[in-house]
Amino acid sequence: MTLLTDDQKQLQDMAKSFLAEEGTIKQQLRHWRDSGCKDWFGHGLWKQFAELGLTGIAIPEDKGGLGLGTTEAVLVLEEVGRNLTPSPFLTTALAAAKALEGSAQGDRWFPGILSGDTVAALAVDEGRSHAPERTTLQASRSGNGFTLSGTKQFVVHGASADVILIAARTGGSASERKGLTLFAVERNAAGLDVENVTLADASKAARLTLSNVAVDADAVVGEIDGGWTPISRALAAGRTGAAAELVGLATGATEMTIDYLKARKQFGKLIGEFQVLQHRAAHLYGEIEIARAATYKAAELLDSGSGRAELMVHVAKAKANRSAQLAVQEGVQMHGGIGMTDEHDIGLYMKREAVLGRLFGDWRYHAGKVAELSGY
Amino acid sequence: MAELDQFRADTRAWLEANCPPEMRQPMKSEDDACWGGRNFRFQSDAQQRWLGVMAERGWTVPDWPTEYGGGGLSPAEAKVLKEELRAIGARPALTSFGISMLGPALLKYGTEEQKKRFLTEIARGEIRWCQGYSEPGAGSDLAGLQTKAEDAGDHWIVNGQKVWTSYADQADWIFCLVRTSTESKHGGISFVLFDMASEGVSAKPILLISGYSPFCETFFDNVKVPKDQLVGELNKGWDVAKYLLGHEREMISGMGLGGGSALLGKSVGPIDDPLLRAEVAAFDVDALAFAAMSEHFLDQLKAGEAHPAMPSMMKYAGTELNKRRHELMMAAGGSDTLEWDSERTRGGKPAREWLRTKANSIEGGTSEIQLGIVAKHILRLPGA
Ligand SMILES: Cc1cc2nc3c(=O)[nH]c(=O)nc-3n(C[C@H](O)[C@H](O)[C@H](O)COP(=O)(O)OP(=O)(O)OC[C@H]3O[C@@H](n4cnc5c(N)ncnc54)[C@H](O)[C@@H]3O)c2cc1C
Repeated sequence: MTLLTDDQKQLQDMAKSFLAEEGTIKQQLRHWRDSGCKDWFGHGLWKQFAELGLTGIAIPEDKGGLGLGTTEAVLVLEEVGRNLTPSPFLTTALAAAKALEGSAQGDRWFPGILSGDTVAALAVDEGRSHAPERTTLQASRSGNGFTLSGTKQFVVHGASADVILIAARTGGSASERKGLTLFAVERNAAGLDVENVTLADASKAARLTLSNVAVDADAVVGEIDGGWTPISRALAAGRTGAAAELVGLATGATEMTIDYLKARKQFGKLIGEFQVLQHRAAHLYGEIEIARAATYKAAELLDSGSGRAELMVHVAKAKANRSAQLAVQEGVQMHGGIGMTDEHDIGLYMKREAVLGRLFGDWRYHAGKVAELSGY
Repeated sequence: MAELDQFRADTRAWLEANCPPEMRQPMKSEDDACWGGRNFRFQSDAQQRWLGVMAERGWTVPDWPTEYGGGGLSPAEAKVLKEELRAIGARPALTSFGISMLGPALLKYGTEEQKKRFLTEIARGEIRWCQGYSEPGAGSDLAGLQTKAEDAGDHWIVNGQKVWTSYADQADWIFCLVRTSTESKHGGISFVLFDMASEGVSAKPILLISGYSPFCETFFDNVKVPKDQLVGELNKGWDVAKYLLGHEREMISGMGLGGGSALLGKSVGPIDDPLLRAEVAAFDVDALAFAAMSEHFLDQLKAGEAHPAMPSMMKYAGTELNKRRHELMMAAGGSDTLEWDSERTRGGKPAREWLRTKANSIEGGTSEIQLGIVAKHILRLPGA
């Protein structure tokens, strides 16, 4: 990638200090987890994101947003990941905002997103694996609109959302991209059952059951049968964003681990003096930097509309998933017994990684796509 | 931006007119590289012409200053040139340790005369260099070197032995680390240049497991070295040596790019075995991510923003990746790749190259040494 511009560096600094002050594990993640919050995140903090303009980071300027790119969202998400800050930034401000770009539904929901009042979720997965092309949730025409029936799972923030963007099949055959349509459905629509599920990292993802949910024709985002366009736009941004959050998470976990290597003594030495740990830490450092570069590159290619963006997004998500996995595994191991306690933060990184690693496809899914796109 | 676009258009047109078609064919082996120097025999007119036109423009070393034979290009222009060369599949007009290792060290530490003389010769491909660092007793612990240079008034007398000296038998000159003081380990080393044709220099090739023989044992028996061939200050050669190693490691890290070729899964042909396909796909993820890192690293270097120990991280990552690439190529090629000298395999190319890559994580400092440098200088771990 090319180097960050001065404006981008400024935004990065701003996100860094904002999240280091307001988004800490103690104030946010532990607080909401331990108080049994049904949303997992604080609406007050989400308002602060809005006041800083961050909820509109990917919303076009003529719609009141900052009109910046995926690159800028990536810079914010790295800091979110580093602090494990719970917020709907990735799903709402990036993935959903990208899906809604240029649509009438965008005009409807952007003001609320901009003010920090609205949360939007993306419902793609149906089975336990990510396979967006294989969407089967059925949308049938009825009168002026459609009725939707089927199930979704792993809908991050689904129960907290005001609007859920639901991928449905209106035509084509199973596993075809053609014939998918994206619908903006209000969370309290009749016939939509939302089960709020707590995941390993304390975050919330919903399972949806739709039984003849009636929507108007204007609930369609983009074109009927042409839903792959907004879906893939949302997924590309969402995957790149998740990669960035993973890179930030890996960075945070590794900073914590390196600090521990410089503090803990055994055999009369700091454990960081043991070469076997030094080399593993140095290897890990490289893997994280490479994942970061891949993620920035994917964002850069997405922002410039390059034909190579799709491939690089898969690379970024796969690489970030693997590097972050290594970071949390090494992190817990190098902390010894204390790393297994709930009291210590390193384990929180491990749990969050498990969720983000799978969100929008895990590394095996994306490596498979790299092979597929390259024709082998 | 507009200027850069213009530069790209001009460069493209110039390359179209001046890069001989033969020089746009992929190299068949290491032997196709143009190393230059007084002993070099061009394999073709095209190769000679290509070096000629590129050197004329200073484009063998595009970002060196024009007064030393360089192209005087900005980092952005140099990057464009590189992209355009890659786009037409052009072979490097000149490959040399002078370009990738000694040149940068001379630009920083050389005297004006040294720069005028040696940099210009390097840029034109008139001089070929070898690297006299390692000794039998000083490998990873390089600063333990014993080859000594004694003061004899207007010159030094050098005695000792180097080992693993790549291309010592073909090089014109050597850049060499010598001990000029025994008072301090790192602070008693000096960096000197001398002619391999000097009396008392001899080199004996060593055969590698790949069957290639690119490196030598090199002996110095009372070799006279004029004093103006010292680079940097006396007893401060370690600084020059380390700076040069950074550039060497940067160059070797490029191995990770696999010659900029297509994705591995594409280049090895159909893969029937699903386990191998999965391994190759995981490799391609790592390779493409590394390529992004490499581009970023080079941009940072040019902008002066790279951490001085980053070349170590890159060298480690790139060479380990290249070793994995060749393991997978051997696996994908099945028993065909075991043939050692058949026509079919162009003289056992797959197996020999696979074996050659094993040196990548040894030459220029081993992977273990690079990890140690990252641990110490970037992570600042104690006692590293
Ligand atoms: C193909 C090739 C070309 C070369 N070309 C040149 C050249 O042109 N000029 C030149 O001067 N040299 C050259 N070298 C030499 C190269 O730089 C050395 O081989 C290298 O630095 C390692 O030194 P060594 O061989 O003595 O191994 P050793 O230092 O003996 O290392 C043996 C093993 O011990 C490990 N080890 C050593 N110290 C440590 C430590 N502190 N912590 C953990 N592990 C350690 C090493 O990583 C390695 O695995 C070349 C080598 C090769 C293979």
